[in-house]
Amino acid sequence: MSILDAIWRMFLHAFRERVTVQYPDERPVLPPRYRGRIILSRDPDGQERCVACYLCAAACPPDCISLQADEDGDGRRYPAFFRINFSRCIFCGYCEEACPTYAIQLTPDYEMSEFKRPSLVYEKKDLLISGTGKYPGYWYYKVAGVALKGKDKGEGAEEEAPVDVRSLMP
Amino acid sequence: MAKILIHGKEYEVADGQNLLQACLTLGFDIPYFCWHPAMHSAGACRQCAVKVFRDENDTRGRIIMSCVTPVAEGMRVSIDDAEAKAFRENVVEWLMSNHPHDCPVCDEGGECHLQDMTQMTGHVYRRFRFKKRTYRNQYLGPLINHEMNRCIQCYRCVRFYKGYAGGNDLDAFASRNRVYFGRSEDGALESPFSGNLVEVCPTGVFTDKTFRAHFTRKWDLQTAPSVCVHCGVGCNTIPGERYGELRRIRNRYNGEVNGYFLCDRGRFGYEFVNSPMRLKKAVIKNGEGGQAVSKEEALKLIARMIGMGGKVMAIGSPRASVETNFALRELSGAEDFYSGFSRQEAALVSLVVEVMANGPASSPSLKEVRGADAVLVLGEDATNTAPVLALALRQAAKNGPLKAAMQLGIPYWDDMAIKTATQGKKGPFYSAAPYATALDDVSVKTFYGPPEEIARFGMAIARELNGSLPQVEGLDDETASLAREAAAALLAAERPLVVSGTGSGSEAVIQAAANIAWALCGVNRQAFLSLVMPECSTLGAALIDSRGLDKAAEAAASGGFDTLVVAENDIFMRMEREDAKDFLDSFSNVIVIDHIITDTVKAAHVALPGAAFAESTGTLVSFEGRAQRFFQVYAPEDERQAAWRWLNDMTDAAGVKRLRWEILDDVTAAAASAISALGKLTQAAPSAAFRIAGQKIARQTHRRSGRTAVRAEEIYEPKPPDDMDAPFTFSMEGFQGQPPSPLVPRFWSPGWNSVQSITKYQESVGGPMRSGDPGVRLIEPKVVAAPFFRAAPIPFKARKYGWLLVPMHRIFGSEELSLLSAPLAGLTARPFVGLSKEDAERLEAEEGEEIIVRSGGKELSLPATIVRGLVQGVAALPHLPGISIVTLPAWGVLARAKRKAA
Repeated sequence: MSILDAIWRMFLHAFRERVTVQYPDERPVLPPRYRGRIILSRDPDGQERCVACYLCAAACPPDCISLQADEDGDGRRYPAFFRINFSRCIFCGYCEEACPTYAIQLTPDYEMSEFKRPSLVYEKKDLLISGTGKYPGYWYYKVAGVALKGKDKGEGAEEEAPVDVRSLMP
Repeated sequence: MAKILIHGKEYEVADGQNLLQACLTLGFDIPYFCWHPAMHSAGACRQCAVKVFRDENDTRGRIIMSCVTPVAEGMRVSIDDAEAKAFRENVVEWLMSNHPHDCPVCDEGGECHLQDMTQMTGHVYRRFRFKKRTYRNQYLGPLINHEMNRCIQCYRCVRFYKGYAGGNDLDAFASRNRVYFGRSEDGALESPFSGNLVEVCPTGVFTDKTFRAHFTRKWDLQTAPSVCVHCGVGCNTIPGERYGELRRIRNRYNGEVNGYFLCDRGRFGYEFVNSPMRLKKAVIKNGEGGQAVSKEEALKLIARMIGMGGKVMAIGSPRASVETNFALRELSGAEDFYSGFSRQEAALVSLVVEVMANGPASSPSLKEVRGADAVLVLGEDATNTAPVLALALRQAAKNGPLKAAMQLGIPYWDDMAIKTATQGKKGPFYSAAPYATALDDVSVKTFYGPPEEIARFGMAIARELNGSLPQVEGLDDETASLAREAAAALLAAERPLVVSGTGSGSEAVIQAAANIAWALCGVNRQAFLSLVMPECSTLGAALIDSRGLDKAAEAAASGGFDTLVVAENDIFMRMEREDAKDFLDSFSNVIVIDHIITDTVKAAHVALPGAAFAESTGTLVSFEGRAQRFFQVYAPEDERQAAWRWLNDMTDAAGVKRLRWEILDDVTAAAASAISALGKLTQAAPSAAFRIAGQKIARQTHRRSGRTAVRAEEIYEPKPPDDMDAPFTFSMEGFQGQPPSPLVPRFWSPGWNSVQSITKYQESVGGPMRSGDPGVRLIEPKVVAAPFFRAAPIPFKARKYGWLLVPMHRIFGSEELSLLSAPLAGLTARPFVGLSKEDAERLEAEEGEEIIVRSGGKELSLPATIVRGLVQGVAALPHLPGISIVTLPAWGVLARAKRKAA
């Protein structure tokens, strides 16, 4: 009796809507906050957003991010190298949460399969994209207190002009 | 002891301290900024507020600043009181209203006291809607970076720089909320202790510029306890490594030695480890130049050299570990081992060892130096030969006025009141030096003269203290009265201290210093005698053997030797060049083990890559006589290894006299049993077998990053290297808590990421480390009648056609290893000849004009510099590269270089 019940249920399923997606001919539409391939974005002016603060690496549970900070002649910090080992990455998104400059972002791209494991080790050139990613307006150095070439002290957002140390005014 | 109640619970605390100290010692967390355990309370930041209650019926209580409130019997304290908490949160909120949003690019981030304290008070949300104040930064030289926006106006920097370290080119400027900490104009900071600003500043205003060049967060640094190798003081340090490169040096608190501070040579000299002058591969000399070979090939060749049974001579080094020197001694036999001192060094160092071992005066720890209540410095320019000793002496100079102020009822920690009460008065501090030194500003009076005159001045003081000593003839009245004054001051003190050392190059000066200290011991004073020696293990080497290279050369000339083995010593710096060359030529094989490429390495038939301090474990003996273990920080990728291990491998390969050593502890134990003076060497630190809960101690933090990415290209991540010599792992796996004090790899405590976490490692705040301060003293004074030196030197007489050339040490440049540190190279003085004003006039030479210096068959052309304090007929030659006169003081002739034809 129960066998007949099971057969009947299976028969009814034949008329239901299909869940299986015919990948790769059809592709699912993923929300923008889906946690897939990690990228490094750029500031609105096209400069690297990453200031190599090491917070993503510290937040990473499988420790698969390594980098080295350096500084260019303009006073900007940037990563001399930036490496993510995607064979270890668990796509938890902690790096993105930790990032104070919105540089590191997870994207809805999941097509990362490779035949060789070393191909899953992404260097900075593989990670950097040309745009701002999910956060178009953010510009870290505009709100940070440090001076750069082209942005002197007091020229950042919500900053007063530099103090005149030699003033005797009360 | 006083009983105080915190949250209704009774605690016993030591009398005389302030409430903040007491609470921190008990383990309570109170946020603070301006209070510093070495500089005490200023009451400037209002952060350490707590509530005290009058009695058990008082429910309202009142808010007080715990750092300026003395503990009192029966005091009722609440730290968690809601009002006190709100007060502290408000204070941080105000401080944060102008603090910039730049933690991601701030080098202090992750080990920032301001971050910790903000977290601790619970301030999370910015309510202040107005603009942030900004400042312009200054260029402060190659060592320190300045970012004034981050300042919270706690005044710690100037209190350290001016008040503690005696600098005068950093100050507070402007008024109200414009207060600015910096120099009057851009320029390198002049104090040799400027690096401490990095640790003193609770936020990121002053950061380490050398670290910035290869920046890593604190949690990513691999660290181990180490000992500074740049002078004989033996300051404890924490070197940090990342990606196979040494990244920085931080202070490691040792209450008996350096306390909270390091000098800039020790803090920034580390870059020699990363310098291109490192020897990284074994090199065999062939025809012209050398050829890099593998370890096996080099050992095979060496096996042929020493396996033939020819006689071997070994030269050690005062900058090598005790283990390395002992291994050399075992290789060659005690008779044919020399510690590698120059002839002059050997004489001075033997004398120091004799004085330390046979006299009744105790060699003080730096803590005892800081506590001395009368000081006499005889002929030693400590700021340049042992900088942290000079910093300790500066504190000793304050003890006299401090005592007077405390009699007014001011507690020692009330820094501002003490300063007001003492009004910059000087303590009983006398010095004698050949030229003006940086300590002159704290000394009551300074005697200037050449070493002979300093010795005679010292002998005169000793005679004042002990009538049985010979009278010094022919002293002028002024000197005699100064000697009487200094003797009276020393006699009036409870803990008088005499400081001298090898820096003056004169045995008579050391003898005079010993006489004074011994005479004080004779009148029932606990007198201290601190004798400075130049290198990190000069005393360790001297205890093994103190014969000079001149004796080695004599033995080599008499023949019979085939092979010379030198470890970590550049003999060209300690012998005249021609003599050194002849010496090396008298051997058919020269094997040199070193970590830097020196002239001796270049002259070797086989050069083997040794390990620098951060790459090996060993024991050093400071001039106090304190044996301290330094531990390997990281495992180098190539064949660099400790010199003693090379020696072990060499004898293994040759199959001659097998040194049956597997690990460092075997060598240390063998040295301790073979040489009685080193008997306590094994107690310097726990052995390699030490475990806590069955675990070794982790060199890496629990939050180290990048473990699975750094070596990703190899797919199979290799196992971390084993460390047989130390109870540490090259991994984050292992014990992460508080190990015994000699094994503390870093300071960290939950909620305390900055260096302020040191408090959590101390028995009481500012006191000794838990389980005692690291290191073991090898030499204790004898209870004997003092073996006085009775001969006073003949008086100095200025010559008509000659000058006495006295040595002048420089903090940057006089030490071999830190010279290879690129950031310090920029601060190294150019060679010069120092003249008194009168002599410059006599030579008709102006400042900067070239002077020809002839001495000992050598001729140098050096620019003239007027040096204050030099007496007529005496000229100073700095100990800098390019000045090839090995033995000073010496007589020489000065002449103005001819002017170019007009």
